[in-house]
Amino acid sequence: MIRCEGVTHVYQRGSPFEATALEDVSLEIGAGDVIGIIGATGSGKSTLVQHLNGLLRPTAGRVYLDDVDINAREVDRRRVRQQVGLLFQYPEHQLFEETVTADVGFGPRNLGLAPDEVRERTARALAQVGLDPAVFGPRSPFSLSNGEMRRVAIAGLLAMEPRMLILDEPTAGLDPASRREILDHIMRLRNARGLTIVLVSHSMDAVARLCRRVVVLDRGRVVAQGPTRDVFADPARLAALGLGVPQVAECARLLRERGVPVRPDVLTVEEARRAILDVLAGVAGRRPAPKKVP
Amino acid sequence: MNFLRGLMLGQYVPAESPVHRLDPRTKLLGTMWLVGVVFGTRSLAGLAVLTAFLAGVLAAGRIGPAYALRGLRPVFWLVGIAVVFQVVFGDSGGHVLFRRGPLVVTRENLAAGVFYGYRLILLVAATTVMTFTTSSVELTDGLERLLRPFRRVGVPAHELALMMTIALRFIPTLFEETETIMKAQMARGAEFTRGSLAARARALIPLLVPLFVGAFRRADALALAMEARGYRGGEHRTRMKELRVAIRDYVAAGALLLVAAVVLVPPSLWRAVVGR
Repeated sequence: MIRCEGVTHVYQRGSPFEATALEDVSLEIGAGDVIGIIGATGSGKSTLVQHLNGLLRPTAGRVYLDDVDINAREVDRRRVRQQVGLLFQYPEHQLFEETVTADVGFGPRNLGLAPDEVRERTARALAQVGLDPAVFGPRSPFSLSNGEMRRVAIAGLLAMEPRMLILDEPTAGLDPASRREILDHIMRLRNARGLTIVLVSHSMDAVARLCRRVVVLDRGRVVAQGPTRDVFADPARLAALGLGVPQVAECARLLRERGVPVRPDVLTVEEARRAILDVLAGVAGRRPAPKKVP
Repeated sequence: MNFLRGLMLGQYVPAESPVHRLDPRTKLLGTMWLVGVVFGTRSLAGLAVLTAFLAGVLAAGRIGPAYALRGLRPVFWLVGIAVVFQVVFGDSGGHVLFRRGPLVVTRENLAAGVFYGYRLILLVAATTVMTFTTSSVELTDGLERLLRPFRRVGVPAHELALMMTIALRFIPTLFEETETIMKAQMARGAEFTRGSLAARARALIPLLVPLFVGAFRRADALALAMEARGYRGGEHRTRMKELRVAIRDYVAAGALLLVAAVVLVPPSLWRAVVGR
């Protein structure tokens, strides 16, 4: 479990380029949670997630992992990073080894594991992202497609066997099929291994589909947090923050504007389908049912 | 990794000031001139005059003294080493201040060490003042214009300037990318600051390979983008900002000449010319 208390981060303090990226951010991420972090560009999302595994030190405030201050002198940050896996934006840019197997094994090797264990974890991690270790393992990571490279990068984190996975824009710049595939793999991991997941995304649809709770950042401050449904129930506020709502929610809003009384808090296509059917059933209930054409 | 940010040599500080508005050619030639003057200085009084002059330029350029000193921080180490060398390995003879075994410190060597060290600081300060107040675009513009007469002897002025612009433009990008890749690899348990020298050298591979791949990818994208915009080299290109010499440039040149005259002309000659 991770807890941030009053985390503030100022870049380049004391220079003319000083910039406050985070201001007094407090939040809690429980074990098994799936949390979305949304916010406009420059709202501090990436800065925030880098505090969660100790890559950045807060200028003020504290970050606790299981009630231990991760920036305390005696804490081994490497252990923190093993437990809290952080996937950066465009993670395919960090691949460097000659083969996919070697690259995915980089993390486990750094953990000082035995070669057998490294091999085992590498194969498992590749399978978890839907890449056959026998086929992709010996290939060069630079010969893969963008979507495949990104999955290799995710496997590189999974091979560390973290308890928590933080994904910073995991689907940016991918085509819809790869995007769906990656999100599906993430969800399957969560369900199979009880991973805690933090998803930073510009895609409101992805957040709506995966996350139970959402944190909204604006210019370095938390301006809203709560259950996904509640946060997305206020489209006007989100629009003012430079954000949107999931497409189906927008769809529901437009239907209401035209006088169709569907529920406003739909998040997924399935929910929207049911909401529309409910309305239709209601309409049908009030009027005599149309005669069936034989 | 904030150590990358600490290296500030050549960090432009955007501001509105007479120094910022000077023609970049004036600043380039003026800096070269100042470097020459610093090298030619033989007396402490000369160094004092130059210090005062640079402090004046900084003030006119709206650069805080604390910020300017921080920009010099990386140089202090170099200066320290230079001073130690001068003191330890300088000429023998003179007034001995301190002696232990083979180590002899004389007053003359100590004075010379401090003098040369301070001169080195002034040297860097002079160029730093220029880069504080001149954006890289202005600098390359000025350089291109200054090199233009040498085109006749085969100096590719425009291409050189373009290369410089591109290189300067991508330095911050590369720094940023370095930082990101370092963090990404640290997230996978990499260590860059621990272990033996050999271990640290090996630890650089996961950093350098992605960095090179990224640089090539970017170079490709840039070349494509330039061609898509019809770039064909320096012939017949007009510029958005024409360089123009204004009165303030003459004033600056006058000030530079005056400083050189005060610093370089020996006092006896001054007396002969002025005092009479």
